[in-house]
Amino acid sequence: MNPFTFIQPDDVDAALAALAAPGARPIAGGTNLLDLMKEGVMTPSGLVDINPLAAGGLDRIEEDGAGLRLGALARNADTAYHPLVRERYPLLSAAILAGASPQLRNMATNGGNLLQRTRCVYFYDVGTPCNKRAPGTGCPARAGINRQLAILGTSATCIATHPSDMCVALRALDATVHVRAAHGVRAIPFADFHRLPGDAPDVDTTLQPGELITHIALPDARRFAAHSAYVKVRDRLSYAFALVAVAAALDLADDGTIRAARVALGGVAHKPWRVEDAEDLLVGRPATESAFAAAAERILHGARGHGQNDFKLPLAHNAVIEALRAAARKEQRP
Amino acid sequence: MDVHRQYPIRLRINGQERAFEVESWVTLLDLLRERAGLTGTKKGCDHGQCGACTVLLDGRRINACLTLAVMQDGHELTTIEGLADGADLHPLQQAFIDHDAFQCGYCTPGQICSAAGLIAEGQARTAADVRELMSGNICRCGAYPQIARAVGAVLGIAP
Repeated sequence: MNPFTFIQPDDVDAALAALAAPGARPIAGGTNLLDLMKEGVMTPSGLVDINPLAAGGLDRIEEDGAGLRLGALARNADTAYHPLVRERYPLLSAAILAGASPQLRNMATNGGNLLQRTRCVYFYDVGTPCNKRAPGTGCPARAGINRQLAILGTSATCIATHPSDMCVALRALDATVHVRAAHGVRAIPFADFHRLPGDAPDVDTTLQPGELITHIALPDARRFAAHSAYVKVRDRLSYAFALVAVAAALDLADDGTIRAARVALGGVAHKPWRVEDAEDLLVGRPATESAFAAAAERILHGARGHGQNDFKLPLAHNAVIEALRAAARKEQRP
Repeated sequence: MDVHRQYPIRLRINGQERAFEVESWVTLLDLLRERAGLTGTKKGCDHGQCGACTVLLDGRRINACLTLAVMQDGHELTTIEGLADGADLHPLQQAFIDHDAFQCGYCTPGQICSAAGLIAEGQARTAADVRELMSGNICRCGAYPQIARAVGAVLGIAP
């Protein structure tokens, strides 16, 4: 790791003041940032340890009207196992528990989960070009090792995927990211939080310099609680990033007709991928394979492989159907 | 601010108050091995992918390689050296012997600390749960069946 300064502010204002220094970055769980610093991928000149901000309530999980408020500093494990999350947002609980390992989930925070970087091997290897790490140097992944990488929303400069499982569920559940800066607060709809690479693949999110995530707000989603599923396909049974992941939730009428549907995909794009039009295709139809297949086709419209990841096209199609089938089938309580 | 400055920190390690002066970039793992003289905690990958460095921080299992020592000032740590009660082995240590749950032994301190964390979390109900919730610990010798049986035995879960 490069040498860096270290401070532990007592409150959000002090943290924001410290983060105004050039090259300063916040650290919470540290599970991704320290890994990247060891590789020389990220080289902050100063770390601002925001863990002490938990004393101000930033690690709380609490009811917020009919919804839930997830503190930015709440650990992933505490979020996944929280009784209210399990009861009202089993999809979120399942998605978090599908990611990383128990040790990492004990360390990683909700805010940090949103800000983790891609695991593209070229991004991690400072000996290779990478437009995300070093803008303008090129993208060897297009014609190289791209088994893990994107099939949707790519650009000429980058085919990286966002690695989070939690974020796929948050996208499906219409979460909002609340941030604070020296000049005030702002709420960012989850759909707008992560961005597509376009011609600036070095920019992962719309979080601005000087902004700190305070909490994530979840709207009431109890209509989906009985029928949701997180299907994650990966190279080993546990503790691996998704090749394709699908968060699916259904609101079913007594006669089995779909009243509302949510489907979001991970492992396929630079951000969690959701196509609301595809969900509309399901509304008013019975929960059948043909309805699911039509939705899958719509979601994956325009998908394109890059060689090693061509298999993701049929895999994603089948995973969408499997996730919707699982959601329709069972009352899921993780 | 001087990037090379030393930060004074205090940690309670295996029940003992310890004080250190460390640079900002010293990981908790390196502090344990290089400065505290506790080499039971192993460095495998140093990237949070293998679990060999698993310790209990305030009773919760974490990867010591992915946190900075300065971030843990004032906290309490339990390492493999702190699990036994004097000459009496921790039940997990005894179970690993009884079930032959290692070959080279390099991953074992991390496996046992991870299992102690798993038991404290109270989420494992079945043998499948044990395997899933031990997935953060890699064993290159492939002693997984024995490890899962040893942890299950302490939990009273049938294989």
